[in-house]
Amino acid sequence: MTLLTRRFPFGLLEGEMARFRNEMNELFGPWGFGMRGWPTLAVTYPPVNIWENEEFIYVQAELPGMKLEDLEITVTGNAQLTIKGKRRPMPTVEKVEWHRQERGFGPFGRTILLPIPVVPDKVEAHLENGVLIIKMAKIPAAKPRHIPVHPG
Amino acid sequence: MTPVVKKVVPEVVRPEVTRGAVFFTPRVDIYETPEELVFLCDLPGVTPADLKLRFVHGELILHGKVPPPPALTEFLVEEYGVGDFYRSFTLPIEVVPENIKAVYKEGVLTVHLPKPEKVLPKQIPITVA
Repeated sequence: MTLLTRRFPFGLLEGEMARFRNEMNELFGPWGFGMRGWPTLAVTYPPVNIWENEEFIYVQAELPGMKLEDLEITVTGNAQLTIKGKRRPMPTVEKVEWHRQERGFGPFGRTILLPIPVVPDKVEAHLENGVLIIKMAKIPAAKPRHIPVHPG
Repeated sequence: MTPVVKKVVPEVVRPEVTRGAVFFTPRVDIYETPEELVFLCDLPGVTPADLKLRFVHGELILHGKVPPPPALTEFLVEEYGVGDFYRSFTLPIEVVPENIKAVYKEGVLTVHLPKPEKVLPKQIPITVA
């Protein structure tokens, strides 16, 4: 899955790479490139889940402790989604003794090449209970067309 | 006490298999002030009504239910799993169970566990003889 997350300079190759990755995943099962169903190493943050229906494509990410105004979401050139933001550290309290610190903070940014082109004006982002969902309308040409089948 | 470890990129939280179901271990910050012990837990996507916090025999038990993703055909990209959260902690100090306060906001649960008055730092007045 990580290949999709990189900024890929050759747009045309992207589809080829995705296909190659899928084939490798099928060959090597969960221990192939993507390790499907298992969280990948969080080198790129935040990890995302992407799914679609006929009309829309959805990108979901877990961003606990963040506000929508702390995030910058942009769509460039129909198929490039960028999520940027900064998770603020806890307001510093004097005389604090730490027992555990597992939650990360700091700036992050990520660009995702969408597998389907979208209409940049029709992008909605919702952040609820620390889960970000970006809903993007597919370009009309990318929507499935139903072909009526007549009995012969 | 564990030394402070600052992580900009959080580690991967792996699902744990217990009692036949998959639970995720939420990332937690714990700090202590002279007055209280504070827990900050990342619990994205938990329905606030389904978030259970119990304090039993000096142990703080956290269980958050996360609704499954909407009925869908297949993920195009699946980099993380979604599921219920579970974690328990044995507290290193004595706290007052009646005064434990918990707030869930923006996917983060903050739990304040105040220390009993007898252990609070006290200023001792010194009489000059």
